[in-house]
Amino acid sequence: MSEAKEALLSPIVENNPIGLQILGVCSALAVTTQMNVALVMCIALTVVIAFSSMVISIIRNRIPSSIRIIVQMTVIASLVIVVDQILGAVAYELSRQLTVFIGLIITNCIVMGRAEAFAMQNPPGISFIDGIGNGLGYSVVLMLVATIRELFGSGSLFGFEILPLITNGGWYNPMGLLLLPPSAFFIIGLLIWGLRSWKTEQVEEPDYVIGGHTAHSAG
Amino acid sequence: MADASNSATNNKDSIKNTLIVAVSLCLVSAIIVSGSAVLLKPQRMENKALFRNKNILIAAGLYQKGETADSEISGLFKNFEIRMVDLEQNKLLSASDLDALGIDISKYNQRKAAKNPDTSKALSTADDIASISRRAQYSVVYLLKKDNKIEKAVLPIHGYGLWSTLYGFIALESDLNTVAGITFYEHGETAGLGGEIENPRWKANWVGKYIYSNDGKVRFTVMKGAVDPKSKNAIHEVDGLSGASLTARGVQNLITYWLGSDGFGPVLEKIRG
Repeated sequence: MSEAKEALLSPIVENNPIGLQILGVCSALAVTTQMNVALVMCIALTVVIAFSSMVISIIRNRIPSSIRIIVQMTVIASLVIVVDQILGAVAYELSRQLTVFIGLIITNCIVMGRAEAFAMQNPPGISFIDGIGNGLGYSVVLMLVATIRELFGSGSLFGFEILPLITNGGWYNPMGLLLLPPSAFFIIGLLIWGLRSWKTEQVEEPDYVIGGHTAHSAG
Repeated sequence: MADASNSATNNKDSIKNTLIVAVSLCLVSAIIVSGSAVLLKPQRMENKALFRNKNILIAAGLYQKGETADSEISGLFKNFEIRMVDLEQNKLLSASDLDALGIDISKYNQRKAAKNPDTSKALSTADDIASISRRAQYSVVYLLKKDNKIEKAVLPIHGYGLWSTLYGFIALESDLNTVAGITFYEHGETAGLGGEIENPRWKANWVGKYIYSNDGKVRFTVMKGAVDPKSKNAIHEVDGLSGASLTARGVQNLITYWLGSDGFGPVLEKIRG
């Protein structure tokens, strides 16, 4: 039981796929201007990652190592298409906004990473929970970034006005930068900084140490 | 135990097992993917039709984002007088014309009709400005009337952009020259570049521009870059889309085609009188 709890909870803070492993950043930049879009993306990714890990884990003893990557890709791609179809049937306009990014879940490194690193070695139940955990870890970061970007970029949360905009007769002048992709880079960067200041064991050893000042060579 | 797992690994990596896994995985995935596509198709189609109607309302300015609920769409849609245009004879067809032709306007599908040689004509390279290769003979238009006079006319338009055919609607004011609104509801252009044709701020640029010059020719231009407000042609021009020159050119072409002599141009002229 504690193993399951560990698989579910550790990716949220200790082993966060975006925060520690710096995976899946691309979609975190693209879909975080609005919270409802980000939420749908989080749910879609969590569903795909959990079920793909489970399916791959079920057949892990049959998968020949020579074609294992393509087998994982096929499972993931099929699930992504199913999710995209369901979204098109249930929330058509959201799916029109998201369809490009849903397609890109196939290449999201978190999904492939969990399939290859966890599901190939572990039984289905725990792989499913691991998938959910990593999906939640991704979701936490995405929702945090989306909250900041939507609140200060458009003055609303989930589309409801919180800070009345000047253009609508209010007082808040929105920060346009937050609606552009680079702002997500800054926010994610600051989040990672914060996370690593809190959990110092996440700080990586420097690859190179800058040496002291050396004397100029002649010239 | 060690033996068993050893033979399992050998067996797992054999060519036979590789083929079995590959083929069965493909079969199962194919069944799941196509099964979900078939099962969900009716729902998707319904959503698509609803979205199309919604875009007609948006073009005509009847739909306010955030204020109008989706459930109101069908009610608002009843404001339109739905008419069919014969693009060969350049006239609005009456109900008796439609009976004579045996066309049910509510079931008419222009895209299907454009593929059928009996109900469409092939366009020569010179005529095919919008790169649509065939044009259906009939097209459904949506008129908003007040005291029997046209207040707004919503016309379906389509043409090739950079990667895909763009489908949209353009709404004209009662003079059948001023743009009341434009929307694109289906396209496959790159999100963030050509996909910006859906950007409300860009679409707002169109409102109030004039399609035709005084001689009755389509003068409307999608610029490269921004419109110079001092230019005397500014009333016919909208800003281009940065990073999407070819999509913008496609939009320009489809406007030139559909509001020109091969499209709705002559009918509009006739109605204008």
